[in-house]
Amino acid sequence: MQHAPSQTKQTGQPFLAVRNLTKSFATFTALNDINLDIARGDFVCFLGPSGCGKTTLLRAIAGLDPQTSGSIVIDGRDVSHEPPAARDFGIVFQSYALFPNLTIADNIGYGLVNQRLPKAQIAERVDELLTLVGLSDQSRKYPVQLSGGQQQRVALARALATSPGLLLLDEPLSALDARVRLRLREEIRSIHRRLGVTTIMVTHDQEEALSMAERIVVMNHGVIEQIGTPEEVYGAPATAFVADFVGRMNFLAGTARDAGHVQIGPHVLQTRSGDIALPAGSPVEIGFRPEAVEIGTAKTKGALPATIREIEFLGAYSRLSIMLDGMDQKPLLADVSANVMASLKPVAGAKLGLVMPPEALRVFPARTGG
Amino acid sequence: MSVSTASESKGIAPPQPLITEHRAAGILLALAAIILFVIIALPLWALLSKAAQNANGEFVGLANFIRYVETPSLVRALFNSVQVALITTAIVLPLAFVYAYALTRSCMPFAGLFMALALLPIFAPSLLSAISLIYLFGNQGLLRSWMFGNSIYGQAGIVIAEATYCFPHAVMIIATALRMADGRLYEVAEALRTSPLRVFTTVTLPGVQYGLISAGFVVFTLVITDFGIPKVIGGQFNVLATDAYKQIVGQQNFEMGAVVGLILLMPAVLAFFVDRQVQKRQVALLSARAVPYQPKPHAARDISLLIFCLVIGAALLSMLGVAVWASFIKYWPYNLALTTANYDFANFDPGGWDPYFTSLRLAALVAVIGTALIFAVAYLVEKTKGHAVLRQIVPFLAMLPMAVPGLVLGLGYVFFINSPSNPLGIFYGTLVLLAVNTIAHFYTVAHITATTALKQIDAEFESVSASLKVPFWTTFRRVTAPICMPAILDIAVYMFVNALTTVSALIFLYGPSTKVAAIAIVHMDEAGTMAAAAAMASCIVLTAMAVKLLHVALDRLVFDRLQSWRKR
Repeated sequence: MQHAPSQTKQTGQPFLAVRNLTKSFATFTALNDINLDIARGDFVCFLGPSGCGKTTLLRAIAGLDPQTSGSIVIDGRDVSHEPPAARDFGIVFQSYALFPNLTIADNIGYGLVNQRLPKAQIAERVDELLTLVGLSDQSRKYPVQLSGGQQQRVALARALATSPGLLLLDEPLSALDARVRLRLREEIRSIHRRLGVTTIMVTHDQEEALSMAERIVVMNHGVIEQIGTPEEVYGAPATAFVADFVGRMNFLAGTARDAGHVQIGPHVLQTRSGDIALPAGSPVEIGFRPEAVEIGTAKTKGALPATIREIEFLGAYSRLSIMLDGMDQKPLLADVSANVMASLKPVAGAKLGLVMPPEALRVFPARTGG
Repeated sequence: MSVSTASESKGIAPPQPLITEHRAAGILLALAAIILFVIIALPLWALLSKAAQNANGEFVGLANFIRYVETPSLVRALFNSVQVALITTAIVLPLAFVYAYALTRSCMPFAGLFMALALLPIFAPSLLSAISLIYLFGNQGLLRSWMFGNSIYGQAGIVIAEATYCFPHAVMIIATALRMADGRLYEVAEALRTSPLRVFTTVTLPGVQYGLISAGFVVFTLVITDFGIPKVIGGQFNVLATDAYKQIVGQQNFEMGAVVGLILLMPAVLAFFVDRQVQKRQVALLSARAVPYQPKPHAARDISLLIFCLVIGAALLSMLGVAVWASFIKYWPYNLALTTANYDFANFDPGGWDPYFTSLRLAALVAVIGTALIFAVAYLVEKTKGHAVLRQIVPFLAMLPMAVPGLVLGLGYVFFINSPSNPLGIFYGTLVLLAVNTIAHFYTVAHITATTALKQIDAEFESVSASLKVPFWTTFRRVTAPICMPAILDIAVYMFVNALTTVSALIFLYGPSTKVAAIAIVHMDEAGTMAAAAAMASCIVLTAMAVKLLHVALDRLVFDRLQSWRKR
C-alpha cells in the first residue's frame, strides 16, 4: 500500500513535533530552544555548517543522545524520555556502520531476526529490499567486498527493513565519490517517493539539500535560521546567514532610510518595500545573487558605475568580479550569460554599469562580528 | 513493485521488554564496578591501612615508617634495590634501543626471527635466567673461571638476570616508538642534505624519546619489584622484594611487610603517571597523513646490526637454554650425561607433578574467566550509554593494577583476605583466590587491549541496533565479539602465559593444595635441588611457548577460515 504524501501533509497534527528542545554541554549549547514540526511523508533536510547542531538534533530525535530539556512527539506519542528502541525509526550513518562479519542479507535482516519472524518471511522481505536498492545479486557477499555506494544502499535497506515510520539519514552521502553521490541522491529521492516514509536527512551540502528536500531546516549555532521549501530558502532567505550559506550571495553594508530605500555609500538603492521593517538609520546589509545582477554600460539607466577586476570563464556563463566605483567593499560577483558576454565584450579593468533590480535585493539587519 | 511501508506497522505498539537496555547496562556496569572494587581497590586499601597499624590493629600513624627508617638493614635493602634497578636500566635501555633499531630501521635479514628471540624471556618465570646464570657462573658453574674469583651471587647476578627478564619489555616499547616514524620527515631531511648524525639527533631521537622514557620506567619498576631473581641468585644481597617476603613469611611481621610494600608501590605509581603523560604526547607525534618509514639497504649498517643482534640473541637464548639443558643433566658439571631423572618431581617435592597441573588449571581458569570478565567490562564501558559516573569509576579501577606490582598486590590480598571481619576469608589458599588475584594483577594490559579493539569498531553499531530494536547484548554476541575475536585470543593467551609464569603475588596466597609450579621452583631452589627447579621451569617455558604457537596457528585459522569477511 502506498502513501499519498501530499494530501496528508498539511492536515491534522504533525508527524513529528519538537518543542523547546535544548541540549547543552558543560561549555556550550548545542541546541537552543528548537521548535519544529514535520508532516507525515515529508522529506526534510537539516542543513548547516559543521557544529551547527544539525546532527545533535537528529540524534536527539532518535534518542541516541537525549536532550537536556524539551519534548519530542512522534506520531502523537511523547517519546522525549524513551530509549531509541522504543521509538520508531531507521537510521543510516555516514560511515555506513554495516556489520562486517555478516553477509549483506544478514545485515539487512538484522532487525527482522529480532522480531522472531519465520525464516521464510525474513528471506522474502530481505529479497524485496535488495531489489529495492538494486543489489539482488550481492546478498551472499560481505560488506568489505562492496563499493562505498553499494554499502550505503545496504545500510539504507537495513534501515527500511523493519518498516519504520521515520527514516533518519546522517550525512549519508558525504563519504562517497562525487559521481556516486549524484546517483544515490536520485535513488534516495525515488525510494522516498515510492514508500512515502517521513525522512530527515542531515547534510552540510546546500546543493544536496536544495535538490533532495521538500523542506529545508537551515541551522546555525544551535538555532533554526529558517524553515522552508528549497525555493523559499534560496529565493527568500530569512536571514543574512541563510542567504550566505545557501547559494552565493553578494553583500553590501548600508543604512536603512525608509521602507523601500537603503543608503549604500553615495547611492540610494530601491528595495522591495515589504521587506523587514527597520527604523531609519539602523545598519543593514543588502544581499543579492550573482545571477540577479544585470550588466550594462556606464550610461544604462539606474546603473551604478563600476570597474571589472577579473573575469572567470565558467562555460555557459562567466563570473565577473566587480568593484563599485568610489566604494570600499568586497568584490561583487555577477554571473553573466554567454550571450551578454558576446554583446558587451567586457575585459578586466573596463568600466561598466551595474543594475540591481529592487525585487532581487534582500535587506537584512547587519550581522555583528563575522 | 510493492514494498510494505510504514503504514502497515501502524498501531502495533513496540513490545515492552521485561528490563530496559538502559537499566540492564546500568546494573551490569554497577556489578563490574563492585567486582573491580573488591578485587583491586579493597586489597590495596588493606595494605595502606595495615602500614599504619600496629600488631594489634591499632592506628599508629607513621610509627611503622619511622621504625623502618631507623632499621639500618631495611634501609640498606632500599638502597640496594634502587641501585640494582638503576644499573639494570642503564644497561638494558641502550641495548634494547640498538636491538629495536635493528628490527625496525634496517634491512637486516631475519628481523622476524630476532623479534621472536627478543620476546623469549616473556615465556619463562623471571627466575629462570637466574638459574641459568648459576649453572654457568655459580659455585659449580661451567664457566666459573670467567668470573676471576668474583661471585655471581649478589648484585652482579641480579643485574644480569634482571636485564634478561626486562629486555623484551624494553624492546617492545622502543620498537613501537621507532615504528611510528613519519617517513616523509626523513625524505625532507635528505632533500635538505642533512648529515646522518644530524638526522639521528633531530628526527630519530626526538621521535622515540617518549618511548625511551616509558621503557626506562617500565624496566626500573620491573626490576625493583621482581621477587624471583633476587630470591634465587641474590645471596646475602638484600633487596626490597625479598625483604617483604622475609617480613611476611619468615617473621610474620605484617606491619613492616606492608611498609615495604608501600615503598615498592612508589616507583610503580610514579612510572604509571609518567607513562600516561608520555602516551598523551606520543599520540600527537604521528598525524593521520604520515607515511611509514621504509629503510633502504645499507650494507655496513645492516651487517653490524646483524652481528649485534646475533650476540644479544645468543645471550638471551643461552639464558633460557642453559637451564633447560641443565635440567636433563645427571650431575652438573661433573657428569654431563643426559637423564630425565630431574623430571621425576616426586623425588624432590612431596607434591610431585601436582604443582604443574595446578598451574595449568590456574592458567586455564584465569584465561577463561579473566578474558570474559575483562572483555565484557571493556565493552560495557565503551559501548553502552548513560551512567556517566560508573563509566568513569570502572576504567579508573581497571587502570589501577598497572601501578601495582604483583608483590604489592599479593601483600594487599594477604591483609584483605586474612582480616577476621572479611567473609571472603574462606577462600584463603584456594585456586579461586589465586585466579582472582592473577586476573587483578594483569587486568590493565588486557583491559587496554580490549578497549583498543573496541574503539576500532564503528561507534554507530549500537545506534543502528537500537534503531532496529535489537538489544545491545544481541549485537555484542552477533557482531562485536566475533569482530574482536583476534583481540580476545590475544588477551586469553596473555592471561594464560602470565598466570603460568608469575611468582610474586601468589607466593603469599597459595595453600597446601594449590601450590603452583612457579612457587614449586622457588621451593626446590631453596631446598638445594636446582636441577629439579630447572626442570619445572622448563616445563613452564615449554608450555607457555606451546600455547603461544597454538595461538599463532589459531589466529591464522580464525583469520583464514572463520573470518573470511575480512578479505576483499
